[in-house]
Amino acid sequence: MMAKEYRTITDIVGPLVFVEKTEPVGYGELVNIALPDGTVKRGQVLDSSKDMVVVQVFEGTASIDRSSGVTFLGETIKLPVSKEMLGRIFDGSGTPIDGGPQVIPEKRLDITGAAINPWARENPSEPIITGISSIDGLLTLVKGQKLPLFSGSGLPHNEIALQIARQAKVIGKGDEFAVVFAAMGITNEEAQYFIRDFERTGALKRAVVFLNLADDPAVERLITPRLALTAAEYLAYEQEMQVLVILTDMTNYAESLREVGAAREEVPGRRGYPGYTYTDLASIYERAGKIKGKKGSITQIPILSIPGDDWTHPVADLTGYITEGQIAVSRELHRKGIYPPINPLPSLSRLMRLGIGAGMTRDDHRSVEQGLYAAYAEGRDLRGLVAIVGKDALSERDRKFLDFADIFEDKFIRQGKDEDRSFESTLELGWDLLAYLPEAALTRIDRATLEKYHPAYRNKPNGAERGIKKQS
Amino acid sequence: MAENSHGEIYRVAGPVVTVTGIKPKMYDVVFVGKQNLMGEVIQIRGDKSIIQVYEDTSGVRPGEPAFATGAPLMAELGPGLLTSIYDGIQRPLPILKEKLGDFIARGVMEHGLDRKRKWAFVPCVKKGDKVKGGDVIGTVQETPNTQHRVMIPPNVSGVIEDIKNGGFTVDETVCIVSGKPVQMMQRWPVRTPRPFSKKHTPDIPLITGQRILDTLFPVAKGGTACIPGGFGTGKTVTQHQLSKWSDSEVVVYIGCGERGNEMTEVLTEFPELTDPRTNSPLMERTVLIANTSNMPVAAREASVYTGITIAEYYRDMGYGVSLMADSTSRWAEAMREISSRLEEMPGEDGYPAYLAAKLSAFYERAGRVTTTNGKEGSITVIGAVSPPGADFSEPVTQNTLRIVKAFWALDTKLANRRHFPAINWLTSYSLYAGTMEKWFNDNVSPDWSSMRSKAMEILQKEAELQEVVQLVGSDSLPESEQLTLEIARAIREIFLQQHAYHDVDSFCSIQKQYKLLKSILDYGKAARSALDSGAPLSEIVKMKSRAILAKSKYEENFEKSLEDAMAEMAKELAEIKKRAI
Repeated sequence: MMAKEYRTITDIVGPLVFVEKTEPVGYGELVNIALPDGTVKRGQVLDSSKDMVVVQVFEGTASIDRSSGVTFLGETIKLPVSKEMLGRIFDGSGTPIDGGPQVIPEKRLDITGAAINPWARENPSEPIITGISSIDGLLTLVKGQKLPLFSGSGLPHNEIALQIARQAKVIGKGDEFAVVFAAMGITNEEAQYFIRDFERTGALKRAVVFLNLADDPAVERLITPRLALTAAEYLAYEQEMQVLVILTDMTNYAESLREVGAAREEVPGRRGYPGYTYTDLASIYERAGKIKGKKGSITQIPILSIPGDDWTHPVADLTGYITEGQIAVSRELHRKGIYPPINPLPSLSRLMRLGIGAGMTRDDHRSVEQGLYAAYAEGRDLRGLVAIVGKDALSERDRKFLDFADIFEDKFIRQGKDEDRSFESTLELGWDLLAYLPEAALTRIDRATLEKYHPAYRNKPNGAERGIKKQS
Repeated sequence: MAENSHGEIYRVAGPVVTVTGIKPKMYDVVFVGKQNLMGEVIQIRGDKSIIQVYEDTSGVRPGEPAFATGAPLMAELGPGLLTSIYDGIQRPLPILKEKLGDFIARGVMEHGLDRKRKWAFVPCVKKGDKVKGGDVIGTVQETPNTQHRVMIPPNVSGVIEDIKNGGFTVDETVCIVSGKPVQMMQRWPVRTPRPFSKKHTPDIPLITGQRILDTLFPVAKGGTACIPGGFGTGKTVTQHQLSKWSDSEVVVYIGCGERGNEMTEVLTEFPELTDPRTNSPLMERTVLIANTSNMPVAAREASVYTGITIAEYYRDMGYGVSLMADSTSRWAEAMREISSRLEEMPGEDGYPAYLAAKLSAFYERAGRVTTTNGKEGSITVIGAVSPPGADFSEPVTQNTLRIVKAFWALDTKLANRRHFPAINWLTSYSLYAGTMEKWFNDNVSPDWSSMRSKAMEILQKEAELQEVVQLVGSDSLPESEQLTLEIARAIREIFLQQHAYHDVDSFCSIQKQYKLLKSILDYGKAARSALDSGAPLSEIVKMKSRAILAKSKYEENFEKSLEDAMAEMAKELAEIKKRAI
């Protein structure tokens, strides 16, 4: 079928083009706009009526004029997918930019993606080991989970994401792992950093990369994560791979959403973001999951650089309501020179409960997590008190907790960018740290677990002798 | 009517579709497009009818056909609702999976009730009996513990001309009333409340097995409560706890615009958990409605109505029903989204001006009533609210607070300290506490209300003392005040904190709540008298028996554990006193 070309553009506003006198056009249909100079831009129908069609142009409306030709392609946006996509780099609208050939598609999939029937979902329960102690020990990531990094500008969230992408694995199974990486509005420098790192570590082999850079059209950002998730769904549900999707940076995505909303003169919600921001974000995040009877899974790590570190900002807030917890990248720890600066206190992994314990990780995992969390929380509270009353006013016990917080940050949270800690060593480290505290203070750990794992009850030197000491 | 029922699409903008050529009534169901997507009329402007469509409208074009059914959105009510899981417009999700696969596709209509399954209908009326709407004509054992009472539809009355006995499907005629055939299934428009004869003041508590709720901020059967809280504060866990352990006969759980994995958790857990009162799987008394955040937004708007209509149907049978709506904020957002597509003038924060009216009309469908057949039934509505930025001054929270009588404020700070349930005891309230005091005094213990006020008083006092402690540290307080802090701590840690995932602690019977709180207060009293007689505080707080007291809530045999703790405490205190003298 030869599609008709219309030259009936009436208005061009921001990323939107208004076309009149068309044949009936389907909502959400893909549109080609041919400019007088021969370039072709792509867009999508946002509103279709008998009088007027509103098209949102992905590559921006620069140099479109009223004589440009508009063609409606009669289908919604589709992504050609194939296993050959692994190891390839695409731009934000799915065109290869690594100099390689076009992907020969095995299938063409609609990028909107349908909602998973809740009845078809499998309750996520298998842990993913990232090799990062603070995550594995205290915020265990579970297959099919969506766990964002709540970060801010100038913090090393990209490094953390890369380290997770490199090191992620499933305990004791030979499952095939793939990483789908979608960048939205990141700088060229950041993109280079990601690609270099993927190449350096060989992670690119198992990755599919989509890059929408800061100088690429903002509207394109609205489709980049959907392309990435479509590729991920293909790899997970048809190629049986365990897929980790990294979306950076969701704040830029939301900005684009706001931009389009403003151009359409919609009634804005909080801070100018459209009223449907929650639903729109959910249509991305909810594509994480695991389906009954399928081997593959999609786990998401969206990255948010939260403006002003203010978690009540709509993007962070709405994300928190949809995702299953959050990993807090802390400016305070970063300033102290600790990498990865993950503060476990405001962090949470909601699905952790389902993925840890005997048969999953280890029977003492819950105890270690609660013990470390409580002790670190108490230690940090005491820091506040010390600032007022001085360290001398503290009791012996309190001083132990105060020191514990420092040691915990230094030994447990801090680790090298290439340091891939085994799950066992994370838990051992946790016990060594707990052994620094008086045993009576470990009220959250039951007797049996304590006697089984506490260094004092095992035939080995206790933490203090193994070199974990407060360094002044 | 037939000539007005076919029209064509004029405009498509997301979930809002404009149709010309039909003359529907407001809220009539209209099918649009070649794929027959279901929608509802939400505005009529001249010859243009504006439809909110329950499914994704991608690819739908102007000019495609539309068909007006002439009837509003209906729920199918009859045996088979219990244990079901539906989407927002009552399509059974397991059947959708069977037909469409793992993802939800479009244009599939599916009956809410299974048309093939036969139910054993046992009549309880006979030929010649006079019946009116709501009267029970027979029963069906729907699940092992729930008897489904088959009722005459509200708009039918007359004399029974024929009544059957035996196995029937829901759409087979089981009774003829003055010439009208009556089936087990009835259909009811979801946006219209079902009739009842009289509403009563709710004065019987809904026992939820959650200590802070039952003891400090109880909700009545037939009452309304809301749980607002920022993300991560435990709204959903609290809602799950309530649907697991409340002493209701039927639970309707609406997952409205929330996470898919959470619904899966309910689906995995509920069949495995047993109802402490009937010892049968919790699923057998539950109806689930799941419209997750990425499912169509218009169906999300409809889901709460579908849910409450099902709840009313069981209420009419004379049952106590609890309805959990998680989360009403997502419902309000769905209204906002539709409203903004209609380019309506927005009220606060972009929400439509009719937000408050819709919220109150929904909560007003709760209540303890005498049904039209003279039975007593109730619907307790508990709505979660997800305020942006955990800021309770936003419109949905504020408008909800103007309606509901119990307010359970979830607190981000408590959640960060891992104090669960993270319900703030200082800001929460229940307006039912006063009216239900009598019930507690009569049914649990005569000193219930005095004990409750004592506990509240200590917690209040602690909050005042904490302000001082923040400045000077606790050591500079006089010992008697330090003891108050210690008792408050015991109330918080032992009584208020409750472990949702602990086998024993997850549910706490009202007797256990009473004994536990009483023991803590007794501990406080004994400790104070010891302190007064000169025993040092440092030794009092170190007593071994306090640790036993703390662990008692986790014990299957808590009574023995509490007795042990109190006996041991008496001994220890005596020794401490002796040493002090």
